[in-house]
Amino acid sequence: MPTRRRGRPRAGTALWFWVFVGPFFAGLVLFIYVPIGWSVYLSFFEAYNTVTPTEFVGLANYRDMLGDRAFRESLLTFVVFAAFIVPTTFALSLLTAVLVARTRVMQAFFRSVFFLPVACSYVVAALIWKMSIFSGMRSGVANAALGLVGVDPIPWLSLTDPPWYWLVIVSARLWLQVGFYMILFLAALQRIPTVLYEAAAIDGAEGWQVFRHITWPQLLPASTAVLLLLLINAFQAFDEFYNILSSFGSYPPYARPPLVYLYYTALGSGQNFGDGSAGAVILTLMIAVVALLQTRVLRLGGRD
Amino acid sequence: MSLSRRRMLALTGAGALGASLAACGDNTGRGTGTGGEAAPSSGGGRATLAQWYHQYGEAGTQDAVERYAADYPDADVTVSWKPGDYDQSTAASLLTDAGPDVFEYGNGPTIDMIKGDQVADLTDLFGDTLDDFTPSLVERMTYDGKVWAVPQVLDMQVLVYRRSMLEEAGIEPPQQMADLVAAAKELSRGDVKGLFLGNDGGAGLLGGPMLWAAGLDYLDGEQVGFQDAGAAEALSVLRTLWTDESLLLGQAKDWFDPEALTAGRAAMQWTGLWTFPAISEALGDDFGAIPWPALEGGSPSVPVGAYGSCVSTRATDVEAARAFVQWLWIDQTDKQLDFATAYGFHVPSRTSLIPEAEVLSSGPAADAAGYVTEYGHAQTPLLWTPRSATAWSDMMSRIVRDGADPQEELDALVPIVEDELERVTA
Repeated sequence: MPTRRRGRPRAGTALWFWVFVGPFFAGLVLFIYVPIGWSVYLSFFEAYNTVTPTEFVGLANYRDMLGDRAFRESLLTFVVFAAFIVPTTFALSLLTAVLVARTRVMQAFFRSVFFLPVACSYVVAALIWKMSIFSGMRSGVANAALGLVGVDPIPWLSLTDPPWYWLVIVSARLWLQVGFYMILFLAALQRIPTVLYEAAAIDGAEGWQVFRHITWPQLLPASTAVLLLLLINAFQAFDEFYNILSSFGSYPPYARPPLVYLYYTALGSGQNFGDGSAGAVILTLMIAVVALLQTRVLRLGGRD
Repeated sequence: MSLSRRRMLALTGAGALGASLAACGDNTGRGTGTGGEAAPSSGGGRATLAQWYHQYGEAGTQDAVERYAADYPDADVTVSWKPGDYDQSTAASLLTDAGPDVFEYGNGPTIDMIKGDQVADLTDLFGDTLDDFTPSLVERMTYDGKVWAVPQVLDMQVLVYRRSMLEEAGIEPPQQMADLVAAAKELSRGDVKGLFLGNDGGAGLLGGPMLWAAGLDYLDGEQVGFQDAGAAEALSVLRTLWTDESLLLGQAKDWFDPEALTAGRAAMQWTGLWTFPAISEALGDDFGAIPWPALEGGSPSVPVGAYGSCVSTRATDVEAARAFVQWLWIDQTDKQLDFATAYGFHVPSRTSLIPEAEVLSSGPAADAAGYVTEYGHAQTPLLWTPRSATAWSDMMSRIVRDGADPQEELDALVPIVEDELERVTA
């Protein structure tokens, strides 16, 4: 039977498929899906200093977390951070991509310059920002520059009014991630057929008109992906916040994103894995809902 | 070949999955036995013990503890020197079999570690030496009548001032809180500020000393200790220092380093005794040390803390681990003195050793060591859980940096602390 003859090679293919994919799939299940499932399970139990459930508490951990002022404030911190970082990174990376794509001289150089920060560790960048650029000392780079125009040194990370710490955190992240999204946009720009631009040129379109009617619509699928990645990355903010703002044994409440708070709740000396798991589930649900709403509401990428 | 490859993959996968599930199933952190019960010794041979320390800043400290371990005759002791978030990683490792047998922990184990049977009872190791250990530290490490850690070496925080700067301004070292506020303001001139309490304006460190200054505390036994009008008044002093612009902020090195004082950027600084060698080197005898001043009805204070040596109940041989702790931190007084004073300035946790500590025999260091018994408070009580500590620290930040109303903030904190007290004492 022809189908059986075709079946034999298929069995061999399946074998090789599992030989190559199996270990990675096992790793995925073992280190991602099992812990996620365990975390969801744990969120319904009391679990102080243990990852084994001790007492079933129903939704009490969820009530604890949602009633916890510090956790709610951490969500607010995220909203403020995301509201700024997502559109700013989007605009800057799109702008740099368009400029780099159009430049006729040293394109590779500019592409490398913008992309290079992506290779830098968030932790290293955070420490450079904290100890060198935005050090509160007179000798800090930012304060030295301000000193040239007669401005007194600013303790960037100590003040909440005005909240200079946002400038430190946001500029660090922009420097670190704009290059990556610029590369995504560059790739998308290079996929736009040149005949579209030629046709537009024949029709007399130029400058902003070309961007609005050709470039932007053609970039919509890439824009959807970039926005989604930016939002998820914003939710996952940890390294630069933690390394810039944590001090000896404490962390200020005014710029504590959810992951930093959950780190202290579940992995700090508290070791409260029940509350920590509930917080992680809440956060995951929020990311899922926001991502879903974003794609539905913005309809970026359309139906194609 | 194909078969053996498949078998290898199958074995590897099964092994990893099995190990993971075993870890999940067995990972209670709450042993069935009571703390202190010996696990069966591994084969009756010479025990091997894993001892963990956080990374100390002073040069020579690591060599010293490795030397002590090598000197121990009854077991092979390996020393792990852990940089980074030591408390977090140690607490997490206690949930696994890969954790330490003997480990130090800031101010002894947490109440949840004790109630979770993660640490062994060490009471009987002390014998008649218990009274010789600094009482506030022993109390901090005691729960339910049992002592859960041996204080290794005592650290303290103190207010240090530049003698010449105060003399030049005609100011006496402040004894009362009002004097401190006035002095800090008076000494703030140009680039020099009167007082450095850390880059957070003292929000992280001075909450306790402020309560003690008003005659209050975090807890009163198993009750909230700050439900008193004096608490709000005391905390508002830190806000006054902030709004007076008397505080130095934005330093590259925080309160635990004396650079702000030695570089002349602040006339007074809150710091630890461990900075005294560096201050002496930079300033000679141009400095003095005083306790945190008192408010009316309270007393001066210095916070004291100690890393306590603990034994994990998941140790392969709990009795061998306990014997090592007894040998090193109770019997070997010469090593305790060496650890406290040969690499930096710390106070031996045994009061009988303090007179023998040459570096603490004169000058500001002797003054500071003297404050321990008279004004010493454990940094926080054992029942002050991480959740209470986080809520307190957040509150302090809001009061000091944002100008939030202290009484409203304290009132909002009470139910959180009561909730935690109820949980841990249940």
